[in-house]
Amino acid sequence: MKTIRIDPVTRIEGHARITIQLNDEGRVTDAQLHVTQVRGFEKFTEGRPFYEMPSITARICGICPVSHLLASVKACDAIMAVQIPETAALLRELLHCGQFVQSHALSFFHLSAPDLLLGMDSDPARRNVLGLIEQHPERARNGIALRKFGQQAIEWLAGERIHPSWTVPGGVNAPLSPEARDRILAELPAAKAIVRRTLAFFKGVVDQFAEEIANFGNIPTLYAGLVDATGGLQLYDGKLRFRDAEGNLVADQIRAPQYAQYIAETTLPTSYLKAPYYKPLGVSDGVYRVGPLARLNVADRCGTPEADAEFAEFHQRYGRAAGSAFHYHYARLIEALYALERMEALLADQAILDKHVRAHAGVNALEGVGIAEAPRGVLIHHYKVDENGAIRWANLIVATGHNNLAMNRSVRQVSEHFIDGNHLREGMLNRVSAVVRAYDPCLSCSTHAAGMPDIHVRLLGADGTLLDELRQ
Amino acid sequence: MTKKTRVATVWLDGCSGCHMSLLDIDEALLALAGKIDLVYGPLVDAQEFPKGVDVTIVEGAVSSQDDLEKARLIRARSKLVVALGDCAVTSNVPAMRNNIPVGKLLEGIYGTAPVDGVPPLLKHAVPVHDAIKVDLHVPGCPPPAKAIAFVLGELLEGRMPELAGKVRFG
Repeated sequence: MKTIRIDPVTRIEGHARITIQLNDEGRVTDAQLHVTQVRGFEKFTEGRPFYEMPSITARICGICPVSHLLASVKACDAIMAVQIPETAALLRELLHCGQFVQSHALSFFHLSAPDLLLGMDSDPARRNVLGLIEQHPERARNGIALRKFGQQAIEWLAGERIHPSWTVPGGVNAPLSPEARDRILAELPAAKAIVRRTLAFFKGVVDQFAEEIANFGNIPTLYAGLVDATGGLQLYDGKLRFRDAEGNLVADQIRAPQYAQYIAETTLPTSYLKAPYYKPLGVSDGVYRVGPLARLNVADRCGTPEADAEFAEFHQRYGRAAGSAFHYHYARLIEALYALERMEALLADQAILDKHVRAHAGVNALEGVGIAEAPRGVLIHHYKVDENGAIRWANLIVATGHNNLAMNRSVRQVSEHFIDGNHLREGMLNRVSAVVRAYDPCLSCSTHAAGMPDIHVRLLGADGTLLDELRQ
Repeated sequence: MTKKTRVATVWLDGCSGCHMSLLDIDEALLALAGKIDLVYGPLVDAQEFPKGVDVTIVEGAVSSQDDLEKARLIRARSKLVVALGDCAVTSNVPAMRNNIPVGKLLEGIYGTAPVDGVPPLLKHAVPVHDAIKVDLHVPGCPPPAKAIAFVLGELLEGRMPELAGKVRFG
């Protein structure tokens, strides 16, 4: 028996390592993804006032702070037992769309495009965003501009690009100015043009990745995501829906406070990241996925014209429930288009400028659950408070956690297909990392992680002797 | 052509927000590509922290045994170490766990704590300068992109940046 370690997994958010076990013939027998750090937000927030939770939990993640802000303020809305003003809901959704654009741009262009454009087997020293700038300057420029658009929209709405304090329990703390609306509207067409261009490009090259598509987490799982009352895609609000690998609905219109009837969590001995599963089916059959691919798999439509056309084409190509994790990339681009179209629609709504944007109240319920779609998938904040509003208990189920079991299975599938233990090549290992990248995990969300120093990949025999080694 | 500056970025116990603020220099990244070699960090594929790094930018507090070992390695292999953001400078949010004993913290979250392939936590999350010598502190949660661009610009010109009035905590 031999073991390969990839440590750290690179070009992902947060740090993880992968262990791959091989038998004496050099064939893969098992593989695990380890998430290697824990931050303890659920424990150290005990005793804090509930209204501090949005700004504390935003610090879980610098890529999707807006998602944590939103799940948190929704849980706080429930503790205050208020219905927030309509305009506040529109503004929160608008902010969220900005975040989807920037986060999806980051995942596609900055993190995964080096694999897709420079090649899975290309020189690892140049296989990164700077290498992309050198070899595909126009594509890189587009990625930077698209991410900038999303970040700027967040800044113009909420005052800051990262960890803004605009969203508050009860709504948002300031209305939108016509000037800010017009600034965002002026930049929107260029951002849409970039996404259209990128989608056309991606659809042109996707068939070249047939081997990756067939083996990158091409596994039957359930899918989970938020939808509206008629099954349309929802990012900010909505009810939870599960669909199976054949495309059948298995549960629908689950309200936030009911989540624990459908989702249970187990702890893995090999990771600081907990592993949720679909409770009615148990941990081995209840593996489900969240995020862009899952959202497009569970929803019946996007609800905006261009994204709906792409949605139809996507499902025509890959079926009602597209099974390969490689399709996360494609789904991410469709969602970026949806988010931009949705921003346009929200900004065109006269109600968006209304000045009533915040409901005020004290503690009117001792428990609250907030659910939103983070760019990486369903995000749940669940708090219990005392009469004074101090947190007594908190549970956070983050997007990446839902994908934990599926990522493990995907890592194993890619390893089994691509790794030849007798002839290690860097490109084989990069493909194992690339499937993790497809999920776009956010490990500082999931617990947060840090890799080991002085790391390289080593192949050890059963007696601990070094059989093969890769260093960069 | 002059030799490119060898830059590494590292995150320890942080949220990646400081790295995001670094990317928020937007188009300035394009110019940077011609001046630096990014030799290690979450944005590139190097598996090992290399020797002879000119500038290493560290985000996050030192929270686990891995963080501590990595910090020491960084110091040994870098000419200049920059602590970027409040977690690196003061240990900030990661330190909110410090009054809870580690065993109790893990038990509270997991029941039975994971042990296989995961590094042990230190008793306290500490600022980077508690573990190693730091040459420049850049506070902020996160520091604004403009300040990061200024710091990089000055360092690439061989000057130590004067940050008075350009950054603040929080």
